[in-house]
Amino acid sequence: MTNTEDRWAGERLMESHFHPRQAALNLRDAWSSWNGYKFANYYYDAEYEYFCIRNSCGTYDICPMQKYEITGPDAEAMLNRMVTRNIANLKENRVTYVCWCTDEGRMIDDGTIFKLGPEKFMLTCGSPCLAWLRKSAFGFGDVTITDMSDETAALSFQGPASCEVLKKLGLEGIETAKPFDIMHFPFQGGSGKELMVSRTGFTGDLGYELWIAPELALDLWDALYDAGDDYGIHPYGEVATNMARLEAGFIMPDMEFSEALKTIHFQHDQTPFELNLGWLVDFKKPHFNGRRALLQDRDKGPAYKLTKLDIEGNKVAEGAYLYSNRRCTQEIGYITSAMWSPVVKANIALAMIKPEYLEGDIWAEIYYQKELRQYSKVAKCTVKNKPFWRPARARATPPPGL
Amino acid sequence: MNHYDTIIIGAGHNGLICAAYLARSGQRVLVLEASDTLGGMAAPREFHPGFKTSVAHSVSQFSAKITRDLDLEAHGFKLGKTLTTVGLNDAGEHVVLQDGAVSGVGPDDASAYADYRQMMQRFAGVLNPVWLQTMPRIGNNNLSEILTFASIGLRLRLLGKDHMREFLRVAALPARDLMDENFDSELLKAVLGWDGLIGSRMAPRSPNGAVLVMLYRMSGALSGDHAIPNGGVGGLITSLHSSAVEAGVEVRTGSRVGRILIQADESGLAATGVELADGEQIMADRVVSAADPKTTFFDLVGVQNLEIEFTNRIRRLRCDGYVAKLHLALDGLPAFDGLERPDGRMIIAPDMDSIEFAFDDAKYGESAGQPVMEIVIPSLQDASLAPNGQHVLSAHVMYVPYRLKGGWTDEAREALCERAIDTIARYAPGIRKQILHRELLTPLDLERTCNVTGGHWHHTEFAMDQMLMMRPTYDAAQYSTPIPGLYLCGAGSHPGGGLMGGPGHNAAHEILK
Ligand SMILES: Cc1cc2nc3c(=O)[nH]c(=O)nc-3n(C[C@H](O)[C@H](O)[C@H](O)COP(=O)(O)OP(=O)(O)OC[C@H]3O[C@@H](n4cnc5c(N)ncnc54)[C@H](O)[C@@H]3O)c2cc1C
Repeated sequence: MTNTEDRWAGERLMESHFHPRQAALNLRDAWSSWNGYKFANYYYDAEYEYFCIRNSCGTYDICPMQKYEITGPDAEAMLNRMVTRNIANLKENRVTYVCWCTDEGRMIDDGTIFKLGPEKFMLTCGSPCLAWLRKSAFGFGDVTITDMSDETAALSFQGPASCEVLKKLGLEGIETAKPFDIMHFPFQGGSGKELMVSRTGFTGDLGYELWIAPELALDLWDALYDAGDDYGIHPYGEVATNMARLEAGFIMPDMEFSEALKTIHFQHDQTPFELNLGWLVDFKKPHFNGRRALLQDRDKGPAYKLTKLDIEGNKVAEGAYLYSNRRCTQEIGYITSAMWSPVVKANIALAMIKPEYLEGDIWAEIYYQKELRQYSKVAKCTVKNKPFWRPARARATPPPGL
Repeated sequence: MNHYDTIIIGAGHNGLICAAYLARSGQRVLVLEASDTLGGMAAPREFHPGFKTSVAHSVSQFSAKITRDLDLEAHGFKLGKTLTTVGLNDAGEHVVLQDGAVSGVGPDDASAYADYRQMMQRFAGVLNPVWLQTMPRIGNNNLSEILTFASIGLRLRLLGKDHMREFLRVAALPARDLMDENFDSELLKAVLGWDGLIGSRMAPRSPNGAVLVMLYRMSGALSGDHAIPNGGVGGLITSLHSSAVEAGVEVRTGSRVGRILIQADESGLAATGVELADGEQIMADRVVSAADPKTTFFDLVGVQNLEIEFTNRIRRLRCDGYVAKLHLALDGLPAFDGLERPDGRMIIAPDMDSIEFAFDDAKYGESAGQPVMEIVIPSLQDASLAPNGQHVLSAHVMYVPYRLKGGWTDEAREALCERAIDTIARYAPGIRKQILHRELLTPLDLERTCNVTGGHWHHTEFAMDQMLMMRPTYDAAQYSTPIPGLYLCGAGSHPGGGLMGGPGHNAAHEILK
């Protein structure tokens, strides 16, 4: 007799609401995981998927992203005390990018807040954060926090053709959505179900995120892929996302920052100022978590500063140390993410650098491999103040050509 | 003018002490008290016409420095004679502690007691400077704060190697182990362990701060003995009030603070005054709260003005009281078998196990089936507390949980009251017939009448994780709080509760720094 029970059932990775379609397209079976979900690293070829984001359009599964619904008369006050930005002026059907910190001003995570009604918000973020939300809500009379992560199907749809494809899908007026706008559309005619679309994303390009009830996930997928067929719609995975976000200058947990609630060593985490997120910290707001510590950090100046670098040559500076001199005797920082950027045609990187050295020379000591032989070189770096990639279409409303 | 240098919330002894120090240094101080009487848990109360007592019924550790600094004796404060401590035995074979000696035990215990007492006094001496000092901040490298650490270390070192090792060994010992190591008599063990346990959620076998509690209670001029001031415990409050008023303090009773006014603008938050329950606003440069930490931060400040982790540290403070209060108005002096005169501090706990079992009931949400207790008859020390020839009996009854399974109903209270009186009647058989009136205050009742969360003796548990620089929690352990202009000065701050005065004294010192 064979035992049909799966003794590892509870250990297996969960499958996203879009899994059946994504599995069929994952020709390389290149899976990794995110928050317990089976999650594609890439589907066929990461470079190809990257070019879809930049030249046509692609979908990225954000079902594993954490989504919390926060409702009630005190929801706004509770969130406003938690995040460093002032969300009191956030309008309904708008999204804002936020970060939140420990009492000591160290960054716990970043994410987005969707204002869906006067007393209804959705917070999304990369890592589970329910415990922190509960702690943050303690003492506020009327706030309800619901973890919607598993009960929402969400698909990021990015690229220059994305708006056109959504129009083809029948989303009338989608071209009027400004960046960070939210729009609601009936899905499948009179089914009463709705498709929520936000003009948000993590690629620095034109793009949207689609939110729908799980039972409609596959219908949405099929309709979208039908509409996008002529535009070369293709799913992309973690690798392509990481390329696109680095060109856009966006930070990634476990690369640019360690989530403060997970670090063991004091100050192995970062403040928003170190991460160039000072613009998210609104000291006009009388109180928010970490305010006192952040004020000190701002006045004292952060120990490191996240910096965008253009590096001479084409050797990717992954993991490189940075020095103020070519002989590499004075260490001044380290690279957090690096790549050859196809769209900018430059050797780019994000780095943490001690601010006092930002004005002087910056040299990267790069180790690389050629056919199993190790080489090293010292390459000159130039500080860039703007995102490496920021096309006008990413912000234009309506997007060009529509 | 409706603006003060300092507003103090709560006229318990700590609030009054803090006020008196500040006024003496020239500040304009207003004390606001919710109830109609002064003194908080030490407030004199007439619980039956002509019969007075207070929740706290004796003084063991009141600071001699505060008595001197505030000239309390000139204001009428006088401790009566030291009370003998009597461990009641139902066969009349009581254990009596008096003048540093014990009777009613065998010769081994008697001589062990002398050694034990000497040891404890030596250790109490090491800790003594700690109680009237602000504790250093953890992780702060400020020289004077490092010196505080260093001076404690030095005093420990000066004990000599053997005593130092012994101190470090016994500091966190369960009361039970300390007693078993030293004595044979079960009754003696129970009586000596008592002061390490009362007021805490701790039983003889609980490891934690029992020994430190004992040493804390030995910190005053009495070295741990108890006494009742002239006028009862209320006499202490009267003298504090008089000293404070002489220094210029204004005191308003019947003035419940509804919230602390917090100015919020681009420069952040700052406490600027208070709003009374009736809406009146009074402004001040600073606000000092003698209310317990949960009341202060959650009810008066509001979490929206606090940091998240800080809030959750206050939230987890253990504030459930485990002591109930029994008051009897008696038409005559009760006779206790084998006692000439019941003028001591009488403890009903035949052995340490009886304390342990009483705690076992309470920790699972029942009130003790066989309560253990400490009794005094304050009217024997001060005749003004009861009509002529009549008496007041005051008892601290343990262990009685704040959260009773099924809730505190009149029946539950009555049943406990009956059990407590039955217990006393085992030692004073005629007492039932002498009772004119009785009152039992559960921790829930104490919460309501004294405005203290959980009705907790120390406002919040006096335990290893909630003492010294962790009391009530870091970021508020130096009397200042995360909100500029807001300070703490009640029993929830270092050193802790009991009629000692440390929090009020230390807070004033910090404010005047
Ligand atoms: C049952 C019991 C028996 C005890 N017996 C003894 C004993 O025998 N000996 C001893 O030394 N200790 C005893 N204690 C402990 C001692 O009574 C307390 O630790 C001590 O009284 C605390 O003093 P305090 O000044 O810090 O606070 P409290 O005495 O609690 O005073 C705080 C004051 O603040 C006021 N307040 C609170 N909120 C507000 C508000 N919003 N507005 C205005 N006012 C407010 C309260 O009404 C109260 O008057 C006993 C405690 C209990 C519970």
